Amino acid sequence: MKSNKFKRWFSENTQLLIPVIAILALVIFNLIRDPGFFSITLTVNNDGNQVLTGNLISILNGASELAILAMGMTLVTAAAGGQDISVGAAAAIAGSVFVKILKGAASITPWTLIFAFLACCAVAMIFGAFNGTLVSVFNIQPMIATLILYTCGRSIAYWINGGATPTVTSPLLKALGGYIPGVPVPTPIFIVIIVAILFALVFRFTTLSTYIQAVGINQKAARLNGINPIGMKLLSFVILAVCVAIAGCISVGRLGLINHETLLLDIEMDAILAVAIGGNALGGGKFKLSGSILGAYTIQALTITLYAMKVPSVSVKAYKAIVIIVLVVIGSPVVKSAASRLWAKIKGHGSLQKEVAKV
Amino acid sequence: MKKLLAIALVLVMAMSMMTVASADTIKVGIVNNPPSESGYREANVKDFESVFTVENGYEVNTFYSLKNDEQLAAAQQFITDGVDYLLISAAETTGWDTVLEDAQANGIRVFLFDRMIACDPSLYEAAVVSDMRNQGILAVEWLKGLNLEAYNIIHIQGAMGSDAQIGRTGPLDEQVAAADNWKLVVQQTATWDEAEAKKITESVINSGEPFNIIYAENDGMAKGAVAALDEAGISHGKDGDVIVMGFDCNKWALREVLAGTWNYDGQCSPFQAQVIHEMIQKIEAGETLELPEDKKIISEEKGFDATTITEEDVNTYGLGE
Amino acid sequence: MQNDVVLKMRGINISFPGVKALSDVDFTLRKGEIHALMGENGAGKSTLIKILTGVYTKDSGQIFIDTDGTESEITIRSPQDAQNKGISTVYQEITLCPNLTVAENIYISRGEGSLVNWKKMEKDAGALLERLNIPARPRQQLGSCSLAVQQMIAIARAVDMDCKVLILDEPTSSLDEKEVAMLFGLMRDLKAQGVGIIFVTHFLEQVYEVCDRITVLRNGELVGEYEIENLPQVQLVAKMMGKELDDLTDMDKKEFVPVQDAAPVFEASGLTSSDCPNPFDFSISKGEVNGFTGLLGSGRSESVRAIFGADRVTGGKVKVNGKPVKISKPIHAMKHGIGYLAEDRKRDGIIADLSVRENIILALQVLKGFFRPFSRSEAEAFAEEYVKALAIKTASLDTPIKSLSGGNQQKVILARWLLTHPQYLILDEPTRGIDIGTKVEIQKLVLKLAEDGVSVTFISSEIEEMVRTCSRLLVMRDRKIVGELVGPAVQQSVIMKTIAGGGD
Repeated sequence: MKSNKFKRWFSENTQLLIPVIAILALVIFNLIRDPGFFSITLTVNNDGNQVLTGNLISILNGASELAILAMGMTLVTAAAGGQDISVGAAAAIAGSVFVKILKGAASITPWTLIFAFLACCAVAMIFGAFNGTLVSVFNIQPMIATLILYTCGRSIAYWINGGATPTVTSPLLKALGGYIPGVPVPTPIFIVIIVAILFALVFRFTTLSTYIQAVGINQKAARLNGINPIGMKLLSFVILAVCVAIAGCISVGRLGLINHETLLLDIEMDAILAVAIGGNALGGGKFKLSGSILGAYTIQALTITLYAMKVPSVSVKAYKAIVIIVLVVIGSPVVKSAASRLWAKIKGHGSLQKEVAKV
Repeated sequence: MKKLLAIALVLVMAMSMMTVASADTIKVGIVNNPPSESGYREANVKDFESVFTVENGYEVNTFYSLKNDEQLAAAQQFITDGVDYLLISAAETTGWDTVLEDAQANGIRVFLFDRMIACDPSLYEAAVVSDMRNQGILAVEWLKGLNLEAYNIIHIQGAMGSDAQIGRTGPLDEQVAAADNWKLVVQQTATWDEAEAKKITESVINSGEPFNIIYAENDGMAKGAVAALDEAGISHGKDGDVIVMGFDCNKWALREVLAGTWNYDGQCSPFQAQVIHEMIQKIEAGETLELPEDKKIISEEKGFDATTITEEDVNTYGLGE
Repeated sequence: MQNDVVLKMRGINISFPGVKALSDVDFTLRKGEIHALMGENGAGKSTLIKILTGVYTKDSGQIFIDTDGTESEITIRSPQDAQNKGISTVYQEITLCPNLTVAENIYISRGEGSLVNWKKMEKDAGALLERLNIPARPRQQLGSCSLAVQQMIAIARAVDMDCKVLILDEPTSSLDEKEVAMLFGLMRDLKAQGVGIIFVTHFLEQVYEVCDRITVLRNGELVGEYEIENLPQVQLVAKMMGKELDDLTDMDKKEFVPVQDAAPVFEASGLTSSDCPNPFDFSISKGEVNGFTGLLGSGRSESVRAIFGADRVTGGKVKVNGKPVKISKPIHAMKHGIGYLAEDRKRDGIIADLSVRENIILALQVLKGFFRPFSRSEAEAFAEEYVKALAIKTASLDTPIKSLSGGNQQKVILARWLLTHPQYLILDEPTRGIDIGTKVEIQKLVLKLAEDGVSVTFISSEIEEMVRTCSRLLVMRDRKIVGELVGPAVQQSVIMKTIAGGGD
């Protein structure tokens, strides 16, 4: 009975195999290279807080924005069968709104922080709804539809900033992007956990995941079963927009600075990659959020490993590309089906008998 | 009706232009990159706006684009409009020969600013530019002057291949190769990205290798690196363990230097308007310009040291707010 | 005798994870014969075909092919390999390119160098089309031909590639009678030219019309090979199902639905939709089974889609249980207790990658609401109940529906709607492309539902099925209702006459 349950769990989660193996491989590789790679030390930071530091913390902390965006991107991918390439630009807008309000406030209290966050959520959701409308109502390819915001988003952020790179300093902002006094773990890690729990709750208490998958797999059939495909696609873009706002705020919080040109630059590509490494079909349909989250940490672990190995600047991207090609190829349907056939051959006695007969 | 209106409009415009032109004004066409490109460019645009004014006797038309072909078309239009001077900060270094020859044939004098163009120097009067390499030399000389026992440097580079990266990396590379006690703990590009600079610094801290200098090729990346130091509880600045160096002289960065949390910030001057203005006045007065052979006028640029910087420096040289 | 054989398969075995799909199956095809491969869904027909066309690799067994009188064993590595060895296939879904010309479709990607001699190609295509009596011009766009002609062009393409064995997989399922006759003409021509044809179909009558021999499979095993004269239709069905079949005759005991005084369950007047431009009136009473009939394209599907709000509704008044309501979207119809099983199962019915469980509960879940999802155990209980009730063959409730056979997929969709306990159920071609056993089960189920007071609108291309189940028929031609047959008038000859029209 127990083994049956395990079997079922395993068969439902086979798509997580690749990111898990990739992460394990990176861990083992790093441990061989430097046994102390994952050691964590408790130090006192310049604000006088006891904090944990180490590569493990760097990976978990650094991947926060990516993990959050990858979750949202997974929903859009599943429902619309395409990707939103404007998340980086939209995050720059969200971050700019966040900083603008914080700078406008006389003093930064928790309430101003919450108000600023809600305002930047609202702005991000408007842009998300814009993308979503183009995709769902006007049936424009997601990549084409979001290309518009991708192109002009950072200019909009520049306009909000009123030029240059405004900075804002506040202990509260430091608590958001760095450490809460007395807590040795970086706040962004907690934010990822909270976002993941929120998604789990939404999936548990609504039919969102079933509806989105149904729309992504067969829009016509979903409609004939009373699901509103337009609404679902729109909703997925709006949810992604909330993720974008959160990621933008974390990113601003880390340095207390908004640079519209570089904030979460190229993050859309990493987010899409995380979704793919997590074993989710980029053509839409079935999805697993956990896969995308693992994918995000895989990418971050890879980046940190390359930095730790001091790979020369010019070749970092090339190394990253090689690893990613390997991961994506292993995850491709062709290799998967070949592997399962091989597995069946090893397990099946038919081939064994054949071998014996030949001898 | 519409036609009539259009003709009327054109007439009014022509009249107004004639009235302005009839006064003793100098017609100037400026081709620049848009202010949204960077904080540097914004300061640059403001600088030109503040110098080339009606009060100073100019009638100015400005065109902004990041695209070379659009810039070329605009320059051609300025020539057709019959400007007296053409001021260009080109998006790309090539493709300008015909336009510049055309300008010369029409008796229009050309000044280049901020960016060079790959063409014969006879085609322009002068080029007012920053020397990125000079900025690098200035910074390395300053660092040498500290006379430290060991130089263990985290070198965070800008986008590989950009003018600023090449200029600011070169002198450091040469010094490291020349001196035994100079060592690059790491040399990585963060492509001008603050967050990436923080990750690079973090990975060095995590590896436990000793370092005492952060040489970041712009202010944002220096800020990212400092954030990593702060999180790990490593002191920095005037009285700290790690020396922090940045470039560009953003106002907020100079404030860090003034506060002593950073040690050095190298200037990259966006202020070229005054120099060009003075040259134009000389030409108008019939004097000849005294120029070096390559017609390059290097903007005067400094480096600011935490021990000597003043509040006034921050306000004079700081970019942005 | 032995010399006549073009293809011999001996002792074929293949397993998939958890299933033995074929065990020790033999198959023999002779020169110039049309050989029917019969069996219920899941019997192993398509697996055998896929081994023959190189899609699957057999675990064990031998395949022999006759080359100029000598027999040699072959291994088939890929579909391309099968084609090179003279085995060509024409599938149910046409796999040609509709936006290319007929000639291009026949000669494209034939691996004869990359240079194309357009003139020669068109001349050859013209000759081929003429030889095979196919009514199409070489330069015509394929998409502008009728389905039957497209099917025939696919066959022409296969035949021209010098094939000895031609496999036709359900070629007639989307053709009307005249088109089927045309296709059969082509098959007979090819047979006369010595091609061995394997014919896979669900239509028993068609088997008896063109075939010479029948091989029957059941549960992955060979039942036997029979000459057509020696196997009457009833026995064939019995062999396929593995039991003596009296169900077909049973069904004739149809009950008439008494018309009640109460308001009709559903009533529409002047209904039109974007796909159904001619206004029509329609009503159905409690416990009544009625149907729309007419040729393919006569507008019968479009009519029921308008009732369900599946297309954009453009006009008309609708009443449910006597009360005026608005139905402009499927969800409206569902909320009034209407269910709709769509004609095209793949396109409009199944959510291919979702599990059987998720597919079954989908409609009920939507009705229950976005914020009230079923728990896993609730969903499992529902699914379990209907999998049992409808005898759905599936490895587990978590199996993706796409890996089920056509008939079982259809049952899952049926279960989906039954689970919503509709008062009015629309079934558009529920028996298309599924095996005979399931067809009978579905017809029985319709009658049973009616007995329980559910109103059903039933559409089928097979007129006998309509005759067996419906008490009232609306006959359609050219997107208009041209006749209504009630009670005793619902019989094959009358229906035919009404469809044909103008006869009387």
